[in-house]
Amino acid sequence: MDGDAILARLRERLGARVLHTHAQGGDHTAVLTREAVPEALAICRDTADLRFDLLVDITAVDYLRFPGREDGPRFEVVYHLYSVPHNHRVRLKTQVEEDDAVVPTATGLWPIANWLEREVWDMFGIRFAGHPDLRRLLMYEEFVGHPLRKDYPIDRRQPLIGPKV
Amino acid sequence: MGVGAFFTSKLDDAIGWARKFSIFQYPFVTACCGMEYMATACSHYDVDRFGAGLPRFSPRQADVLFVVGTISHKMAPVLKRVYDQMCEPKWVVAFGVCTCTGGFYNNYATVQGIDTIIPVDVYIPGCPPRPESVIDGLMKLQEKIATGTQRF
Repeated sequence: MDGDAILARLRERLGARVLHTHAQGGDHTAVLTREAVPEALAICRDTADLRFDLLVDITAVDYLRFPGREDGPRFEVVYHLYSVPHNHRVRLKTQVEEDDAVVPTATGLWPIANWLEREVWDMFGIRFAGHPDLRRLLMYEEFVGHPLRKDYPIDRRQPLIGPKV
Repeated sequence: MGVGAFFTSKLDDAIGWARKFSIFQYPFVTACCGMEYMATACSHYDVDRFGAGLPRFSPRQADVLFVVGTISHKMAPVLKRVYDQMCEPKWVVAFGVCTCTGGFYNNYATVQGIDTIIPVDVYIPGCPPRPESVIDGLMKLQEKIATGTQRF
């Protein structure tokens, strides 16, 4: 199934909850409302001719002070999906504001979403509603802040942690 | 000079000479510098010439802690614990720029030099250091071991 057909299928199933779609350099992307994310992911995984059985990555982008996007939502959460049987890919995105940075979890659909969402929480401070164990994944517990946010100072030093006794 | 003083200074020399040729290292290898460490340890450069040919993988059996590679904040407590577990006398070698100063990693995750955690005796800069610089550092460490006050 080619990318345009995948996006057409998503628009047909989700209607206006697909905010817009684009294909840049062969990367087909659908931008969704936050509430539509769990349903969209379930459609992608379970529809027979889509069958996105592999959640490749969940990541996020911080658009703070990004030229041309100063007044839009600050964060964008990106889902990369791949279908092993059909050999096709799609990207789903959703935008969240800084003071309401919560996205529904995908852990019920793909178990790997557990760690991927923990990484996004760790690095960007975006929460995932319904996640069973939302702790930091890469940084240690005593770490303060979320280092991949654009307003995290690049040369900030955190206090060293001692051996656990 | 009394008889005792003569014996003590010569005994220090003898022990220093023995200690500098029995460097049992603990390789704390975390990153790419490990490759250069292995190259140095193998037959081309042969650190066994300096009595440093036997790495011990228990800090209790080691004399020298070789910190080889980037140390992150998350790893820092582990390094400190390994250092604390080593028996006296002990020495520390910072291998590569990451351990010396943090290297080019000026970011949220990297310790800016292991001397912020543990005392360091010899710094070997380089990214990674050539085996020749490692051997140079090792010889400087031998000199330091041999000429220092021997406690036993």
